[in-house]
Amino acid sequence: MNNIGECVRMKVLMSGNEAIARGAYECGVRFATGYPGTPSTEIVETFAQYQDVYAEWSPNEKVALESGIGAALAGARAMVVMKHVGVNVAADPLFTVSYTGTNGALVIVTADDPSLHSSQNEQDNRNYAKFAKIPMLEPSDSEEARRYIKIAFEIGEMFDTPVFLRTTTRVSHSKSIVYPEAPVSREDTLRLEISPEKYVMVPINARRRREEVEKRIQRLKDFAETFSENKMELNNTETGIITSGMSYNYAKDVFPDLSYLKLGMVYPLPVQMIQKFASEVRKLYVVEELDPYIEEQVMAMGIKVIGKEVFPYTGEFDPGVIAASMRGSKQPVPASLPDLSIPPRPPNLCPGCPHRGIFYVLGKLKVFVSGDIGCYTLSYMKPLEGLHSCICMGASIGMAHGMSKALGDKGRGRVVGVIGDSTFIHSGITSLLNSVYNKSDIVIVICDNRTTAMTGMQEHPATGFTLSGERTKEMDFSALASALGVENIRIIDPYDLKSTRTVMKEELSKPGPSLVISRRSCVLFKRRDKELRVPMRVNPETCIGCKLCLGLGCPPISWVKDGMTAGKGKGKRKKQEGIAKIDQDLCIGCTLCQQICKTGAIIEVNAE
Amino acid sequence: MMKKNVKNILMSGVGGQGILRASDIVSMVAMESGLDVKKSEVHGMAQRGGCVTSHVRYGQKVYSPIARKGDVDILVSFEKLETLRYMDYLKPEGLVIINEREICPPSVNLGISDYPHDIAGTVSSIFSAVRVVDAGRLAKEAGDVRAENTILLGVLSAYLRLEVPLWLKVICESFPPKFVETNLEAFHLGRASQEQASQ
Repeated sequence: MNNIGECVRMKVLMSGNEAIARGAYECGVRFATGYPGTPSTEIVETFAQYQDVYAEWSPNEKVALESGIGAALAGARAMVVMKHVGVNVAADPLFTVSYTGTNGALVIVTADDPSLHSSQNEQDNRNYAKFAKIPMLEPSDSEEARRYIKIAFEIGEMFDTPVFLRTTTRVSHSKSIVYPEAPVSREDTLRLEISPEKYVMVPINARRRREEVEKRIQRLKDFAETFSENKMELNNTETGIITSGMSYNYAKDVFPDLSYLKLGMVYPLPVQMIQKFASEVRKLYVVEELDPYIEEQVMAMGIKVIGKEVFPYTGEFDPGVIAASMRGSKQPVPASLPDLSIPPRPPNLCPGCPHRGIFYVLGKLKVFVSGDIGCYTLSYMKPLEGLHSCICMGASIGMAHGMSKALGDKGRGRVVGVIGDSTFIHSGITSLLNSVYNKSDIVIVICDNRTTAMTGMQEHPATGFTLSGERTKEMDFSALASALGVENIRIIDPYDLKSTRTVMKEELSKPGPSLVISRRSCVLFKRRDKELRVPMRVNPETCIGCKLCLGLGCPPISWVKDGMTAGKGKGKRKKQEGIAKIDQDLCIGCTLCQQICKTGAIIEVNAE
Repeated sequence: MMKKNVKNILMSGVGGQGILRASDIVSMVAMESGLDVKKSEVHGMAQRGGCVTSHVRYGQKVYSPIARKGDVDILVSFEKLETLRYMDYLKPEGLVIINEREICPPSVNLGISDYPHDIAGTVSSIFSAVRVVDAGRLAKEAGDVRAENTILLGVLSAYLRLEVPLWLKVICESFPPKFVETNLEAFHLGRASQEQASQ
């Protein structure tokens, strides 16, 4: 199982992300950073486990990229990793580091998410390459991921440019066979270089560098024509397909015998190669997920090509999509299935999740909850319905502020911004400052579950630990908020519904801004408070079937129709439809359901 | 066409059932057998109690890590209801392995919808090759209720032309030492239950 370390096996099964980490290690990357985000997270995590490397989590992608630029300027090979929307956060330095060049080498890994498996949008980051004039490589499987990250660093050094490596969820999270190589020892290139005309981007210098960028792109275009990973497979003079990344595999799966131009580099494109390929086939397709990115450029070359007129603009492809869009494949004939109603199974907050308490209270308070990105976003669903908007990382506080300013008196005591601990650090601090500065009338809740839970328990500046597990300064949310000028700061335990409700009501009645820190570790977190908690059960004698506990949407609690209803307890209804039941194997004993039960029917498993 | 040689397996279930490890193990056994292999699943939000699927494809040469609908040879459903959700991936002559385990989705817990009745019957009316396994009971027999996934691997292995010693080797390498013995036992129990059933 263990792919890490010096032991080089002949072949191993790796995910695309593990393979990128491996390739980076092999080619002498010694500095890597990023911010966790599906589907990119495992790259930095895996890389950090290799010997003699340095890796860290940044508070956000902009800081990550700036750190990477610094490391590259000092002569290192630096890798900066983020999900597609992370590049939006890092876009400011991105567009200008394209002008300065990198001295050492800087590779930015962007992991896109067609079909929005775990994202708020499905933007196509190939556009960033063209927009920022930065070359981009796109691997189609894990072995290519391992090789391409190395090529990316070589191109970066050859052309003094940052380089993108783009994956999609299916490349990052699919596993295929990888042939690891031993790491190379590189000569020491680290040094401080003072070169203000290259690195101080005031207009006079930036104008000159701007010219350099165009010259560099021209040289890269020439390079693309002979780049060994832009591959032509001429099997068929009738139909040819231009494609890249995972789409290549989907197309090959359905049409193994057509001609292919597989582009390992999607920016800049090899114009002459494309022209030659087009001249070899009668009918030309571009197979690409999301935007008609290659298609439009091929059309601009004056070449007739079929693309989005037959292929979907949205969602990820699979072999079935290719087969349905292009004629001539033998479609598998599926079994005919009856119409069945299958209950959906959306993701849900875990049993005992500390977010449940605060969002249960918020849902009952009839306030507008401007939400953010994290596990707690799931609380928008029934039955909690405790969150009413979510746009991007850090948006909650700014949106709540704007909303309360626009509403004026109508919004007083009715607007709450809710944000997770890691998300607050990522991009909530400046908007909290803004809400103080501009005298916002809102309550801000930081759901501090002590970790970056959604992406799998990564450390952040308020956990007190670094990526490598070393102890470090632990940021104090209340001290920070006080320094920013927040006067009303309260800390609550979301397992205590009564005081959570009281504190929220008190703060909503005050002129704002108020900060409420809802603090309780994620139940999956390794360093959570390991107090012994006793699972709950429902006493059928006293359960009146009111379904109040079901309003928590807690997975262990279920409704049993016509359950044991012939109870004699107080308040027991004669014609009761059923009772609640708690799965003791799943319950962790957070007691929320016990706190809301009006008949005392929820008791500890061992209680009489 | 080479495609004919590719074996397509789809595993379905609920986050936390050990599907990702199980599909890793099948993939590594295929790799150790000298075959090309690709597998794909989706991480992230799917782990918070949502549906989880994992595609495993192996053969002489595999391009796509995901199979297309109507092209899967074996569907292994770790949770009963999830069988219904992904049956459309199966070939008409495909095999369905159904674990007896029921995990209620939220709408069933809330009493809004019912957990479908007689799932095995429904599936059997569409597909002729259906095998129902009580992996929970067998896992308890093996000594660890968490070994349901390895029980199902044992059952699955009886339908695949991958050698038993390779399965055992990969299982040994896939678990921390203290869990190896239980999982080897679970694999044998699963495989034996299938061999008995087919006699």
